[in-house]
Amino acid sequence: MRYLPHTEKDREKICADIGINNAQDLFHVIPEHIRKKAVLNLPPAKSELAVERYMQNIAKKNIAADDVSFFLGAGAYKHHIPASVDMIIQRSEFLTAYTPYQPEIAQGTLQYLFEFQTQCSRLMGMEMANASMYDGSTASAEAVLAAFRITRKNKAIISGNIHPQYRDVITNLCTVSGYKTQTLPPRFMNDEELLEVFDDDTAAIIVQNPDFFGHVNDFSTLAKIAHEKNALLIVCTTECVSLGLIKTPGEMGADIAVAEGQSIGNSLNFGGPYLGLYTTKKKYMRQTPGRLCGKTVDSDGKTSYVLTLTAREQHIRREKATSNICTNSGLCTLAFSAHMSLLGQKGLHTLARINHAKAQKMYKSLSQIPKVTIYNSTFFNEFTIQLPANAADIVDRLLEDNIIAGLPVSRLIPDNPECNNLLLVCATEMTTDNDIAFFANKLQNIL
Amino acid sequence: MLTSSSNINDGKAYKTFSGDKGLQHEEELIFSIGDINKTGVDFEQEDTYDDTFLQGLERQQPINLPGLSEPEAVRHYVRLSLNNYAIDTGIFPLGSCTMKHNPRLNEKIARLKGFSDIHPLQPISTVQGALQIMHELTEWLCEITGMHSIALSPKAGAHGELCGIMAIKEALRVRGDKRNIMLVAESAHGTNPSTAVLSGFTVHSIKANAKGTVSLASVKEAINDDVAGIMLTNPNTCGLFEPEIIAIAEAIHDCGGYFYCDGANLNAILGKAKIADLGVDAMHINLHKTFSTPHGGGGPGAGPVVLSERLAPYAPLPRIVKNDDNTYTLHEHADNSHTQQAFGRITAFHGQMGMFVRTLSYMLSHGCDGLRQISEDAVLNANYLRVHLEKTFGLPFDNKNIMHELLLDDRCLENTGITTLDFAKSLIDEGFHPMTVYFPLVVNGAMLIEPTESETRQSLDKFIQVMLALVDSAQKGEVDRFLNAPLYAPRKRIDETTAARKPILTHE
Repeated sequence: MRYLPHTEKDREKICADIGINNAQDLFHVIPEHIRKKAVLNLPPAKSELAVERYMQNIAKKNIAADDVSFFLGAGAYKHHIPASVDMIIQRSEFLTAYTPYQPEIAQGTLQYLFEFQTQCSRLMGMEMANASMYDGSTASAEAVLAAFRITRKNKAIISGNIHPQYRDVITNLCTVSGYKTQTLPPRFMNDEELLEVFDDDTAAIIVQNPDFFGHVNDFSTLAKIAHEKNALLIVCTTECVSLGLIKTPGEMGADIAVAEGQSIGNSLNFGGPYLGLYTTKKKYMRQTPGRLCGKTVDSDGKTSYVLTLTAREQHIRREKATSNICTNSGLCTLAFSAHMSLLGQKGLHTLARINHAKAQKMYKSLSQIPKVTIYNSTFFNEFTIQLPANAADIVDRLLEDNIIAGLPVSRLIPDNPECNNLLLVCATEMTTDNDIAFFANKLQNIL
Repeated sequence: MLTSSSNINDGKAYKTFSGDKGLQHEEELIFSIGDINKTGVDFEQEDTYDDTFLQGLERQQPINLPGLSEPEAVRHYVRLSLNNYAIDTGIFPLGSCTMKHNPRLNEKIARLKGFSDIHPLQPISTVQGALQIMHELTEWLCEITGMHSIALSPKAGAHGELCGIMAIKEALRVRGDKRNIMLVAESAHGTNPSTAVLSGFTVHSIKANAKGTVSLASVKEAINDDVAGIMLTNPNTCGLFEPEIIAIAEAIHDCGGYFYCDGANLNAILGKAKIADLGVDAMHINLHKTFSTPHGGGGPGAGPVVLSERLAPYAPLPRIVKNDDNTYTLHEHADNSHTQQAFGRITAFHGQMGMFVRTLSYMLSHGCDGLRQISEDAVLNANYLRVHLEKTFGLPFDNKNIMHELLLDDRCLENTGITTLDFAKSLIDEGFHPMTVYFPLVVNGAMLIEPTESETRQSLDKFIQVMLALVDSAQKGEVDRFLNAPLYAPRKRIDETTAARKPILTHE
């Protein structure tokens, strides 16, 4: 077996030293009837070549985004990843390292985490960031839990325009932890209406920007309303490339800002692994979940980095921890950070402008189709269109022309008939003008 | 016995002009290297757009992030990487972490565009291969554990714990039961009590007995009508198989509770015990431990949860179903039937697909015999360390029935003025990653060593020799070697106290 270095002779020598006849003797502590039943009814070992062939055959049953005209976003985005990013994350010393609990021999990981935290803070316009969460949805739920701890109140308001699966994750975690949530209807609400949703129990309101339907908003007034009510504003972003162009959560006065970081440096991967960005104000540092990397010195006075404020975490505080999170998204943060280092503000700004320009082109093409109505008056790189027929059916039809046309909103909101004809479409720097023309043309033909 | 010069500072060391030392470079932050007007990414000519759709919504403050050209970025990260210890560097004997070799085939497979370049919300007909992977992974993991079904979506071990405990909570809610106490072994990982509290339970800690295991008597003593379940690790964090686990499971079931098993140490019992036969109701599997997906400096992991038949209805969404025509369906919404009472979602999308692919590839490579051999070799290696170290170190529970990891205490350092941490840091100078120290909490000065099956006998021999030599040195009073360690790492002892007292978390 290519991954197991012992020869039979090695095993014999080891057994002799231990004073046993064979390895079975070490398992006698497991009751015999349990061991007898533990036979694995599984296929025999395969060579590297055989595994490769087997897995390639399965991979071929999927249609890769690259092989079609692709307009799907809704929380995961197809962007270009520079070749050097994947080379960097495949460095053995990053790929096969553990959590940097021994900082003297983990400065590589720790320094990039410190850089990552700084990049995230600046991207979101916030004061500090942690070293990542699992993904955007769990980061959102953790942000709401942090708001309960900070305000010592027990109800969260969830915007109706948040990604429906994010809403479910937040609601579930709040419920199991004994807190209340209230989800608002999925529509625009003016300031007077919003003022009324807050009550004395409200710890926070969580909103998304750009929201699930693609609208870009300014939540500055909402921040003021929340603060007047001694509640926090949490802003969540599923498309972090947008922050190269649009107003940041920090500029709006958000107290906690979270995001899905997949768009920078990470592949679509059918939904995971991704990374959650978690940023907040310094005064809420000690209520922040997850790992934090801090700057310090070693005994020679050299600048060093180390995981810090661990008294918040489960391995120190056990039942009193701020969160149960342990493993986070280490290598995905490296991919994010390396890609962001290459981009810099100049590249990120250009990337964001191109995304917006592509979406505008798509807007112009689709808006010329008579039976298509476009919902959005604002958007970044995705927006919602109303079709004259069931959107899921139309997506299936367009698939025959090698177009993955976007998300039929009913896939995530199945119980609302008003959503049946809605299609959420997205364009990025990967989208060509030909893709857009082809999509508009085929859509017009079938309507 | 290894010997070394007693004066460990007698090399002709001098300060270099550059501050660098050979292959070891001092690397600045990207904020010092990069330039605000530079970017390492070239774009096709920018499309023009008007501001109709963003009026007044543009970012006001500059992002203030410098860019790096590709040569600068590659050099930066390669230099950083050289300051890291990794499995590919040497033995990484962290107990309870299962730092085994990460086969590169799995990296190659995970990067096939049919796996890496598919969107989680593509039409189901275009991702049949992805669902097949998830279904085959389910079959393998259910066969290995003997369990009824699986929830694949948890993103890491602790997330899997949360998933399992939420399923238990939902099962209790459905039957109208308000019990709120979770029994947790004292030797448990910190995630266990923290997960239980996050899920609204009160934690009642169960002490370890004199043999380092949990005794039936102490569980029975703790059981009452408010007990919702128990969280045990098996083999436990002392490296011991819990001998009374079946009776404990029965006692918990008799009182109406559920048995959650922390699967962090599954690597010891592949093909040796199916956890279903032990009475387990839910267990997470750390794919980044037992099934070798890379730890990546702290993640990403994956923590699918296997479930017993009675907890299966409460698995979270989504679920994969194989149809009669060999196609696959993804259930993303609860259908409210009596067989499906999902508590909903614990994450957006479907889980860590990248890790599922690597895991399936790893299991296919090993096959049934290889999986069993993993556990045999892992347990052989741990016991090889035991027989060579136990006389010098002493076993805290005098329990020789260890499985995949060896728990030592620091009694050999008594009266030397050297702490367990000092001892661990001295291993760094010897070229090793230290073992887990001060965990589990049930032993003073704990040193938990898990060699895994990936280590050769030669590698173990060298580790043993160094461990023995260090104890000898400590007992001879050569305290400088320990108190100043590490001397030969990229950094000397790092000041963690100042880091916490005056936290600096971002570059200003």
